Amino acid sequence: MKKNKTIPEHIWQFFCSARLAVYTLVLLALTSIIGTVVLQNGSEEDYIRFYGYGWTNLIKTFNFDDMYHSWWFLGLIVILCINIVVCSIERLSTTWKIIFPKKTTFNADRFRKLKNLETFALNKPLSQLALESETVLSKSVGPVIKEETGTSVILYAEKGRWTRLGVYVVHTSLLLLFLGALIGSIFGFKANLNLDEGQTSDTASLLTTRNPVQLDFSIRCNEFEVKFYDTGAPEEFRSNLTLIEDGKDILTTDIRVNQPLRYKGINIFQSSYGSAPPDQVSLEIIAGQDNATMVRTVKIGEEIQLPDEKTLFKLEGFLPHFDFSGHDLGPTFIGRILEIDGKSLQIGLPLKFPTFDKMRKGSYTFVIKAADQKHYTGLHITKDPGIWYVYAGFMLMIIGCWITFFMAHESYFIEIQSLGEKASNLSISGTSNRNSQGLKLKIRKLCHTLKG
Amino acid sequence: MNSSFLLSTTTFIYALATIFYIGSFAFKKQILAKVGFIVLVIGFLDNSAGIILRWIESYQMGYGHAPFSNMYESLVFFSWTVAVLYIFVELKYKESIIGVFASPLIFLAIAYASFDPSISNKISPLIPALKSNWLIAHVITCFLGYAGFAVAFGFSIMYFIKPQNPESGSIFAKLPSWELIDELTYQMVVFGFLFLTIGIITGAVWANSAWGTYWSWDPKETWSLITWFVYAIFMHLRMMKGWSGKNLAWISIIGFIAVLFTYFGVNYLLSGLHSYA
Repeated sequence: MKKNKTIPEHIWQFFCSARLAVYTLVLLALTSIIGTVVLQNGSEEDYIRFYGYGWTNLIKTFNFDDMYHSWWFLGLIVILCINIVVCSIERLSTTWKIIFPKKTTFNADRFRKLKNLETFALNKPLSQLALESETVLSKSVGPVIKEETGTSVILYAEKGRWTRLGVYVVHTSLLLLFLGALIGSIFGFKANLNLDEGQTSDTASLLTTRNPVQLDFSIRCNEFEVKFYDTGAPEEFRSNLTLIEDGKDILTTDIRVNQPLRYKGINIFQSSYGSAPPDQVSLEIIAGQDNATMVRTVKIGEEIQLPDEKTLFKLEGFLPHFDFSGHDLGPTFIGRILEIDGKSLQIGLPLKFPTFDKMRKGSYTFVIKAADQKHYTGLHITKDPGIWYVYAGFMLMIIGCWITFFMAHESYFIEIQSLGEKASNLSISGTSNRNSQGLKLKIRKLCHTLKG
Repeated sequence: MNSSFLLSTTTFIYALATIFYIGSFAFKKQILAKVGFIVLVIGFLDNSAGIILRWIESYQMGYGHAPFSNMYESLVFFSWTVAVLYIFVELKYKESIIGVFASPLIFLAIAYASFDPSISNKISPLIPALKSNWLIAHVITCFLGYAGFAVAFGFSIMYFIKPQNPESGSIFAKLPSWELIDELTYQMVVFGFLFLTIGIITGAVWANSAWGTYWSWDPKETWSLITWFVYAIFMHLRMMKGWSGKNLAWISIIGFIAVLFTYFGVNYLLSGLHSYA
């Protein structure tokens, strides 16, 4: 150890400690809790309502309202990444020398002193027992190194040296995950697109900024259907979509919640649905004087003559919510009665209360007979070129964990000493860079085999 | 005979197994633990039959889904995974006394499912979000992970009740050595960690195919990640910093608290995409 380290050396030392990894993980675990307790991505008013002004200021200052994308949380992840890279560089050269030694050697004295050493005598001559042991060892472990003196034989075999690389695989997989997430957030997008049945569009709106994003093709929603179980719980949401490119229908298909559509790197998911505003309504019109009725279908924006041939009725529009002296009457058609003398009167025709207009006691009463309630489908549209890095990271992580936790670098040592012509003494022991209990069981099994 | 009957008998058989194990520990009678093990295996078979029958019943009702879709079913399956893992450990390590620390968990989970009136054991149809083949892979791997951590937790408790060098007459003398407890705890954590990792990954892949995003910081996801962090810390402390014994056992206990919060706390206290299970 040098006494006077330069600043870069200090920084390097800082980033290559396992202690930093532990502290960073602790901080990540603790701070992650915040985002599960504090409301995320709410509006300013929500925060003031829930937490008051003081807390809202604190929340805004530390970005607790969008914690997982805040500079300090991402900073922790960056520190973790640097930590992983620096640690790996620092240790890999040592590990590499262990994994690929110029010549496999072993220290016999070390094995003789191991706790798991088992010794027993057998009524077999040295040469025969050595041969049998070599066969057993090479079959269950690997190539055997043999050292012979006149009265004793030492056998050594090992396997799984390469498994020491497993931990690097796990750490690389984490870097791949972060890389994939980074690529996705730079080159990908997440957007929503609501389409009424029959509507076509090629422009979705970004989830974060609401800015429009133009697709290379158009999507038409032909139909949306929601099915329910007898219990009332939803069973299926299904949209029938057609993709249109250069004015031509490319493909028509159904999407469901777990069955998205993928086309040219764009993924289209079923995410929500709702009622689309109807564009026409069938009205029963009752004349006040003689109760004469007629049924007419009126489109929004259309004007119709009423039976007295003086009064006009215009269907002006449709509101999802209609306020009537402080009460929300829900989805409502807005109409206007135009008298010949220029007087006009606006009326509301709520879908939920078809005979609502009777209350007005006017010269004409409008009763809703049927409104074609259409749906819109809520599509979630994404592009994520980083996904393959993420998936590769997932695969590597599972493989790496498997190697790290369930495979080990194991060495076995057998020493056989001659006890005369027909008897020998056999000692067996072993080391493992991990599971010592498992190794003990394996040594017992080898003993069992050797004893025959 | 229906699945509900089988699963309620399972609860009582597990209770019996737990009593035998505790009796074996309290009265220092090895034979009671042996009986406990046999009873536990019977309970496990009953538990398995109950789950399979429930699966069949859901098809007969026309819903047709694996029995992993609500709190009741998940608790029953949790008992099953802890039981299968513990049976494996006892067979492999031939240490029956440690059943004292695993069997109560097996019993408590299924008892909670059976006796808490707010948990319905009705078979209900699947909502659209759950209709996927990923459901089975995701649930099985997550619960194997939880089971590993639960058994690790049970074993960690032993550090706190067994003195490092007990007198031979004490009831703690029969407990395995600290060395073996350490090994067992570690093996269980490793098992749990691998399966939690696969569980999170299958969940992410599923989310990406259902919602178009593999990670959305939903409270359940976040808490499973917090759990993952805690056990990652456990690994690093053990392998890189040489921790062992009680210190490390504390991390395993904190980890299991995180597991419990991921499993129950998130459902009852926080809202999110996983509110159905």
